[in-house]
Amino acid sequence: MKLFDRDLWREVFSTLTKNITRTILTTLGVLFAVIILIMLLGTTNGMKNGFDKLFKGTATNSIFVWGQSTGKPYKGFERGRRVKYTFDDIKLLKENIKEIESISPRIQLGNYEGVSVVTRKGQSSGSSVYGDFPSIDDFAKKNLEEGRFLNQNDIENSRKICVIGDDVYKLLYKKEENAIGTYIEINGVYFQVVGVYRKNKNVSFDGQNTVHIPFTTYQKAFNSGNRIGWMAITVKSKYDAGIVLAKIKKLLKLKHDIHPKDTRGIGSFNLSEIFSGINAFTMVLQGFSFFIGIFTLLAGVIAISNILLITVKERTKEIGIRRALGATPKMIKRQIILEAIVLTVFSGLLGFVISVAGLSYLDSKFGDGTDFPFLNPSVSFTQLIVSFTLMLLLSLLVGLIPARKAVKMKPIEALREE
Amino acid sequence: MIKIENLHKSYPMGKDSLHVLKGLNLHIKEGEFVSIMGSSGSGKSTLLNIVGLLDVHDEGNYYLNGQLIENLDEKKAAVLRNKFLGFVFQSFNLITYKTALENVALPLYYKGVGRKERQKTALEYLEKVGLKDWAGHLPSELSGGQKQRVAIARALVTQPKVVLADEPTGALDSTTSNSVMEMLKEINREGMTVFVITHEEEIAEETDRIVRLKDGVIISDELTNKKATV
Ligand SMILES: Nc1ncnc2c1ncn2[C@@H]1O[C@H](COP(=O)(O)OP(=O)(O)OP(=O)(O)O)[C@@H](O)[C@H]1O
Ligand SMILES: [Mg+2]
Repeated sequence: MKLFDRDLWREVFSTLTKNITRTILTTLGVLFAVIILIMLLGTTNGMKNGFDKLFKGTATNSIFVWGQSTGKPYKGFERGRRVKYTFDDIKLLKENIKEIESISPRIQLGNYEGVSVVTRKGQSSGSSVYGDFPSIDDFAKKNLEEGRFLNQNDIENSRKICVIGDDVYKLLYKKEENAIGTYIEINGVYFQVVGVYRKNKNVSFDGQNTVHIPFTTYQKAFNSGNRIGWMAITVKSKYDAGIVLAKIKKLLKLKHDIHPKDTRGIGSFNLSEIFSGINAFTMVLQGFSFFIGIFTLLAGVIAISNILLITVKERTKEIGIRRALGATPKMIKRQIILEAIVLTVFSGLLGFVISVAGLSYLDSKFGDGTDFPFLNPSVSFTQLIVSFTLMLLLSLLVGLIPARKAVKMKPIEALREE
Repeated sequence: MIKIENLHKSYPMGKDSLHVLKGLNLHIKEGEFVSIMGSSGSGKSTLLNIVGLLDVHDEGNYYLNGQLIENLDEKKAAVLRNKFLGFVFQSFNLITYKTALENVALPLYYKGVGRKERQKTALEYLEKVGLKDWAGHLPSELSGGQKQRVAIARALVTQPKVVLADEPTGALDSTTSNSVMEMLKEINREGMTVFVITHEEEIAEETDRIVRLKDGVIISDELTNKKATV
């Protein structure tokens, strides 16, 4: 007799279908366990996807470096000296630190965090005005409502154009007024508006009360020469941004005669730290829900085993009869184990279907991720396979317990059971 | 066919044990129709269960079909039961959720007979006990006598050498009892060894040989008038 004996399967199915209440009750345990497991996994995946989407268009492995006042006297310089960068610094960094992928410098009109007066037709706003390269958009993509962002052509020709945030637009324009092609004035210089952006769903560093003009235009219009304000640096993805930042600082300190132990002279911000924090959070969440799910599953399968054990008691007489008719212990065991497997697999599959349907409902309800980082809640194929294998192994294991019990007693004792 | 020498059996009762069979000697030849009588508790069922390999003895020798039954593991016992023995119980012992036909076919399943063959043979035997039209009915839809006839068909379907019946008519009225006995006689005429426990003299008189048990020993073992006169 083989395991894939058709008669054996027929016997198992007839036993399960002819005792339908018992079968349904048994199924429920695993069914709920699987639903809980998959829903847990799916929603945490959904949250992870939500976060991923939130940070899409944001260069996560990036750092920002700017100049500050020094905190220590060094090489004859007093403390409190303002460190200023130029394009020479960019060149220096690019040549010496191979982990750097790109550097986008920015320069800001007025002092730090300061605002400049921007006017148009008698209206004015206090906005941040930046000289930028197009590549700055790689760090946190702008959500353009109209027009375009700065491009390479603007840089090469030092075109007097600008891209504005919609806060600027609201302050300077009437409702529904078309901004593209109009001019705004900054410090006596006119710039033509080529793009308006509004707040996006992703990460935004600049805010919307901002005017971006080409870096080269800025240099000419405001006579900034070789100076740069700060640098946005992307690090090649295989390198650790923190280590690269340390190298950058060391190099810049050397060049600008800053005390090696001075913590103030160079200001910096490591964006990747925040992202790794969030990644760790979702990973912990995923691990946690898998853990909970597995134990729920275990509980469900144990419930099945318990019910099978009870039914073995109930069925002792039946098993006694079968044995009197010539069933060997092996045949009895095989049947009970198979019953357990069929039940678990059936209820497991049903659970998968129900929970996947539940997840797609959740997706349709909350999945656009506007208010809440939640997107495409689903389970991966690997997760499905892992949980399914686990479920099968468990059901095999627990099928053995009642099966052993069923054949341990003498057939006459089983027959005498009422 | 069945040979018993100095058979002993005790049941453990707490610290003590209850000595039920106290040195039985019995030889039943192939084709015999034997009944066992005795008062309640005399050990009849115990003897039959040992003969049927549903229980094990403590001492003495038991030969079934010439084979010494000793240290039999449950797998071998199951195979022997399937091959040589058919059981008829007082309480029928049909599987409640299976139809008459499925019940009769079950021993053939354990014998490894193919499905089509099983159905066919089972139906033949149901016909033999006059229940062909009841093949698709569950035991709960059958009368006591019908149930016992299904059980007899089930006992016969593998064509065993010995049919063991523990008070097969115990739960039946006298007319049904008679028809069941007729059936057993018919089986016996076909050459099967039949070994039946009964409380009723009239039933025992229908058999060829009566073995009387009392307190675990055989007090008499004689042929009936019927047989003796033939
Ligand atoms: N499993 C058991 N455990 C302990 N004692 C038992 C067991 N089975 C039977 N006995 C005892 O053994 C004795 C013989 O029992 P047995 O069933 O063989 O009697 P019997 O002759 O068949 O009686 P009856 O005519 O009432 O069926 C009885 O005293 C009974 O109580
Ligand atoms: Mg008895």
